[in-house]
Amino acid sequence: MISDVVLRDDPTFGPEVQIDYPGYRSTRLRVPTRPLVPSPEELHSLEGPVFGDELVEPGDGDLTAQHAGEPLGERIVVGGRVLDENGRPAPGALVEVWQANAAGRYRHEVDRHPAPLDPNFSGAGRVLTDDEGNYRFVTIKPGAYPWGNHENAWRPAHIHFSVFGRAFTQRLVTQMYFPGDPLFAYDPIFNSVRDPKARALLVASFDLATTEPDRALAYRWDIILRATPFEDGP
Amino acid sequence: MIRTPSQTVGPFYAIGLCRRAENELVHGGIPLTGSLLDGEGEPVTDGLIEVWDPVDRRWGRSGTDSDGVFSFVVAKPRARGADAPHLLVFVFARGLLRHQLTRIYFPDEREANTADPVLSSLEELDRTRLVAEHDDGGLRFDIHLQGELETIFFST
Repeated sequence: MISDVVLRDDPTFGPEVQIDYPGYRSTRLRVPTRPLVPSPEELHSLEGPVFGDELVEPGDGDLTAQHAGEPLGERIVVGGRVLDENGRPAPGALVEVWQANAAGRYRHEVDRHPAPLDPNFSGAGRVLTDDEGNYRFVTIKPGAYPWGNHENAWRPAHIHFSVFGRAFTQRLVTQMYFPGDPLFAYDPIFNSVRDPKARALLVASFDLATTEPDRALAYRWDIILRATPFEDGP
Repeated sequence: MIRTPSQTVGPFYAIGLCRRAENELVHGGIPLTGSLLDGEGEPVTDGLIEVWDPVDRRWGRSGTDSDGVFSFVVAKPRARGADAPHLLVFVFARGLLRHQLTRIYFPDEREANTADPVLSSLEELDRTRLVAEHDDGGLRFDIHLQGELETIFFST
């Protein structure tokens, strides 16, 4: 029964995931059970690692151009800004992505989904945000894929994102989804964000303005990090 | 604005986050290894550990291998204020919808560890769990996500 997998909305969670969301089976032996010990206040003013241009190689932002040929699938641009809760842009933030190919298969030895690998798609990229906090990837739209969480479980199409802001506590690993996915209602990972307003922040918007005519559709997705105590922004 | 919620790193993060070796915080430092274990004591073979030295601003990350083992090369951070030298550690894994934060202290810093405000606020058994052990010329620090030996995790 899907009602055992997906709980009802609960706005009191706000932007926090329900870390022990029962419908996501892998939580059961992995989520710590003891209350968190409060960190000292200075944790919030700690700066995190700074990454330079040397970390990003040419082509790291274009997942369709990393092989001799082009990958199969629907070519898309995914871009947006990295900001903090006060709307201040995060320049120089390292944004890393990884994803399944158009058939819903990851280039990873553990992925046993019997869908084809694409010799022209590795499915990983990284960029640094510009001075206004903008990032941009060119990729293909990933496919949905089945997983073993419950009977006939399918993940909605998504792109994994990892972001380093300026502050240590701004570290964020999350997933970007595509608008209108019919699998949303059945996915315990997506629904582990129980506040529908916060959950909506995981979904990109179709963005006609940044499509590339005759070449690629475009999605816009802003990433909002925790506010920092730094006066000059995140 | 509402901040973007966290989601799990999932089982396939290595294609994106482990494309190059980034587990040396310093060259020629101290080997630091450990196992990431679940609530049944089984190795977590798809975990990702990030280590941050907040004083000298050194960073590294290591995926866990088929035995659940992560490995780094670290240096002991310089002492700062009343804090004993320590490393901050983020744990990511399939099944963790949000990463967890813990700390690694150093076994040869008994005096500083006794005076450390965070360590000294904990029960003795919990305190010892945050101190790495000497191991074969390096350091060992196992991370237990659950169970009797559950690691102490901190708020972020």
